[in-house]
Amino acid sequence: MAVETRKRGAVGQNVTKVDGPSLVAGKPVFTLDLDLPGTLIGKILPSPHAHAEIVRIDTSEAEAVPGVRAILHFGNVPRVPYTTAGQGWPEPSPYDTVLFDRKVRFVGDRVAAVAAETEEAAREALGKIRVEYNVLPAVLSPEEALADGAPVVHDEPDAEGIYDARKNIAAAVDIPVGDVERALAEAPVTVEAACEIPYSQHCAIEPHCVLAYFDEVGRLVLRTSTQVPFHVRRIVARVVGLDPARIRVVKPRIGGGFGSKQEILLEPVAALLALRTGRPVRMAYTREEVFVSSRTRHPMRVAVRLGAGNDGVLQAVDMEVLSNTGAYGTHALTVLSNVGSKTLPLYNKARHLRFHGKAVYTNLPVAGAYRGYGATQGFFALEVAMDKLAERLRMDPVELRRRNHIRAGETSPIFEKIGEGREGTAQIVRSCALEECLRVGAERIGWKEKRARRREEGPWAYGVGMSCAMQGSGITGVDMAAATLVMQDDGSFRLLVGATDLGTGSDTILAQIAAEELGVPVDRVLVYSSDTDFTPFDTGAYASSTTYVSGNAVLRAAQEVRWQILEVAGAALGEPPEVLELSGGAVESRRSGRRLTLAEVGHRATYVTEQRQIAATASFACPESPPPFAAFFCEVAVDRETGVVRVERFVAAADCGTAIHPKGAEGQLEGAVLQGIGHALYEEMLFAKSGRCVNASFFDYKVPSALDAPRIEAILVPSEEPTGPWGAKSISEIGINGPLPAISNAIYHAVGVRMVRAPFTPERVAAALRLQGR
Amino acid sequence: MRVAFELNGTPQYLDVDPGEPLVALLRRLGMKSVKEGCDTGDCGACTVLLDGRAVRSCLMVAPQVQGRKVTTVEALGTVDDPHPLQRAFLDAGAVQCGFCTPGMVLVAYELLGRNDDPTPDEVREAIAGNLCRCTGYVKIVDAVLLAARWKREGRWR
Repeated sequence: MAVETRKRGAVGQNVTKVDGPSLVAGKPVFTLDLDLPGTLIGKILPSPHAHAEIVRIDTSEAEAVPGVRAILHFGNVPRVPYTTAGQGWPEPSPYDTVLFDRKVRFVGDRVAAVAAETEEAAREALGKIRVEYNVLPAVLSPEEALADGAPVVHDEPDAEGIYDARKNIAAAVDIPVGDVERALAEAPVTVEAACEIPYSQHCAIEPHCVLAYFDEVGRLVLRTSTQVPFHVRRIVARVVGLDPARIRVVKPRIGGGFGSKQEILLEPVAALLALRTGRPVRMAYTREEVFVSSRTRHPMRVAVRLGAGNDGVLQAVDMEVLSNTGAYGTHALTVLSNVGSKTLPLYNKARHLRFHGKAVYTNLPVAGAYRGYGATQGFFALEVAMDKLAERLRMDPVELRRRNHIRAGETSPIFEKIGEGREGTAQIVRSCALEECLRVGAERIGWKEKRARRREEGPWAYGVGMSCAMQGSGITGVDMAAATLVMQDDGSFRLLVGATDLGTGSDTILAQIAAEELGVPVDRVLVYSSDTDFTPFDTGAYASSTTYVSGNAVLRAAQEVRWQILEVAGAALGEPPEVLELSGGAVESRRSGRRLTLAEVGHRATYVTEQRQIAATASFACPESPPPFAAFFCEVAVDRETGVVRVERFVAAADCGTAIHPKGAEGQLEGAVLQGIGHALYEEMLFAKSGRCVNASFFDYKVPSALDAPRIEAILVPSEEPTGPWGAKSISEIGINGPLPAISNAIYHAVGVRMVRAPFTPERVAAALRLQGR
Repeated sequence: MRVAFELNGTPQYLDVDPGEPLVALLRRLGMKSVKEGCDTGDCGACTVLLDGRAVRSCLMVAPQVQGRKVTTVEALGTVDDPHPLQRAFLDAGAVQCGFCTPGMVLVAYELLGRNDDPTPDEVREAIAGNLCRCTGYVKIVDAVLLAARWKREGRWR
C-alpha cells in the first residue's frame, strides 16, 4: 500500500510496465529466444576436485566426436589475469582469475569448454576430455584458510591486487573512528552478538546464458543475460584480446539477476568459441551450474559489540567480519566494506566505532554480488545486538531505535571513511522518514499489544520482532549514467539509456521520469536500453543505482530537450521561450495563449523552419548516495516440539523518497523481503567433505514457494530526496536486510532462544530449545 | 518418429526424436514463452496446458502429446490485445522479470477454469509449483484474484 505521494503527472502513477505486454504475451524477448541458423552449443567441463593441478589434458578423443568444432583449455587460450566482477574501471576486485588455468580451485571450476553442433555431441565430448589431476589438499572453511601452514589457494605469480595471497586473505579492512575499546570499557551497558550466514544462491529463474555471433560486418555481438553490458564489453575485449570497438553487447529482457549477473562468466568463453569457429555459439548454465559455478552470497560471520548509556544511546560500536569469498575474490573487498558502510551510519550517535575484517579464500564456490551486498550480513548481527541491548535496558526495541537512528540533516563519519574498496564520500542525509516507518510499521502489526502479551496455542508460541535497515543509491565517485533523449518528427520521443532493466521495471520508471518533465503520457516515450552500440554509457544495474543515477541522467536530458522544444516553439510563435510552458502535449504562451502541439513542434523542427534534431545527451555521476530507510516487523509462530518456525505476517515500511511507480516499488520490497525470509528459514548450500555441493537443485535447495510465503505487507512511506529525480531514491535492495534479524528477534520473543546461525531450520531451533531446557 | 497433435488450435504433424523433451519441441516450433529454468520439473517455467491441464513440458517427451491438445501462453492473447488474465497480471503489478509469467498465467488459467471464485489460499496452492524469485508472490495472487473477479463479471474470453 502506498501512503499518498505528492500528485504529479507521470511520476507516482502505476502505469503499465513498458515491457509488460510483451512479457505476458510470451514474446521471444529473452536472450535464448533468438534462433540463429548454424548456432553451436557451448558447454563447460567442471572440475571434480576442490583443489588440484592439471598435469595433462588430452582432447584427442573428444575432438573425434562427430560435430565437435572447438575445445578450449589452458593450453590454447591466452592467459590474462582479470576479475569476473562486472565493476567500473579500475575494478576493486583482485585480478586472480584467468579464463582456463592449470589449477582448479573448487568443485565446479572451469577446466575446458567445448562447442559442438548439438547438445549431445557437446556432452559426449566433455566426457571424453582426459584430464590428469594432481589433487592438492583443500581448505573448506575460512578458519582452515587462515590456519598456519594452510594450503595456498592463489599461488600463481601473475595475480594482482590480492591482500595477502600466502595467507589466503583476499581483502582486509580496519577502520577505527575514535577509541572503541576504551569507549566499550567505559560504557554503562555493553552487549555482543555474533551472527553467521551460510552459502546461498540468488536463484534467478532464468539461468545465466549468452548468444555470441557475428554481425554482417564481422563484429562480435554478445546477446547476454547481464546486469552490466558496458563492463562486459570492456572486460571481454581485454580477456579475449579483441578491440572493444569490434564488440557489441546487447542485453534483451533478462529473467532476474539479483547481483549474480553482475559478473562476466560465460561471455568470454562464448566469444572465444565463436572466434575460433566463426559460428554463432549459445551457452547456458544448467541449474546445477548456476548454483555451483555462477556466484553466491558471501558466507560470513559478523560479530558486533555495542556500548550504550543507560538511556540506550549508543556510545561505541565494534563490528568484526570474517567473510568467505570462495575460490576467487570477485567483490571480496567491496562486499566486505559494505558490511560496515551500509549499516553503521544508521545509528550515528556512537562516537567511537571500529569496522574491521577479512575476506578469505577457500576451495568452495565463488561468492559475488548479491542484493544487499554485505548490508544483509551486517544488519543481521547489528539488529540482533540492538534487540539484546533493548532487553538489557528493559526498553522497547522500537524506542531504542528511535533514540539512535540518523535523521535528515545529520551525518556519520562512516560515509567518508568507508567507500567501495577505497575511502568514501562525506555526505549529509537529506531525507529520512525512518521515524514514520517505525510508527506506521509498529501500528500495522499491532506491536504494542503483541509485544506485551505473548500468545501460545498448543505447541505453538507466538512472538513479534523488528529490525531497521538502510542501503544506498549508487556508488559515490564510481557510478555514472548517461541518457539520450530524441524528439521524433511526430512529437513523440525516443529515450536511449545504458541502464539495465533486469526485471526491476527501470525502463518504465525512466520513461516516467522523462514523461513528467516533458508533460506527456508515458506511452509517448519509447525506451531503448542496454545496447553498447546504440545507447550511451551506464555502469549498470547494481548498488541500488538505477532510479537515482540513471534517473538523474534522464531528468537532465529531458530538461535540455524541454528547453530546445521551447526554443523551436518560441521561434515559431515569435515569442521568447521564457514565456512558454510545456504541458499536456503542447507548448502554450502565458503571454498570448497561443499554442503549438508537440506534433507541430516536431514537424517544424524536422521539415519546416528552425530545422534541427531536438535531442540531448546528459550524464550524471554520483556525488552522494542517499540512503533509503526501512523498518521491518514480523510475527512468527514457533512449534516448541519440532522447532518449525512459521512467519505469520511480515510488515515492511520503507522510505524510498518519491516512489516513481508505487506498485513497482512495492514489488521490489515484497520480493526482497521474501528472499530475506528464504535466507532466514530455508536457504543454505550444503557441501560434502570433498567440497562438492550436495543440494544444487530446486528440489534440494528450498526457494520459498507461494505456500511458504507469508502475508508480506509493503508500505511506502514518502519522503522527498532533494538530490533525487523527482525526489526519488532507491528501493531494490533494502528489503532483503530486514527479515534475518526481525525473524531472529521474533523467535526470541516467542520462545526465548537467540537464533544467530541462518537459516533457522527446525533442527537448529529444536536444538536451541533443548539447550535452553537444560 | 512422427507425431500428430494440436498446438494452440493448429494441427501439427511432424518428425520428432522419441527422446526429445516436449519443451525443446515447443521452443523449436517457435513457442518461446515456454521457458527452461531447471530441467527437473521444479520451477514451473516450462508449464503448458495439455488437454487443459497444467503440465511440466521439461518432464515430458514429444511423443507423449500424440493426439492431444497443447496450449501455450501465445494462444491466450497478444501484445495489443492481451487476455483479461494477462491484463490482470499487468494491472496488479505481477510482472517483474517476466520469466516465470507464462507458466504462472497458465496455472492460473487452469485454476480459474475450475474455480472462478478462489480464496487467496486456493490461489497460492494453485501456483505453488511455479517459482518466482522477484515478486514475493503478493501481486501474483492479487492478479489472479482480480482476474477471477473479472471472470465472474463476464469480462472474459
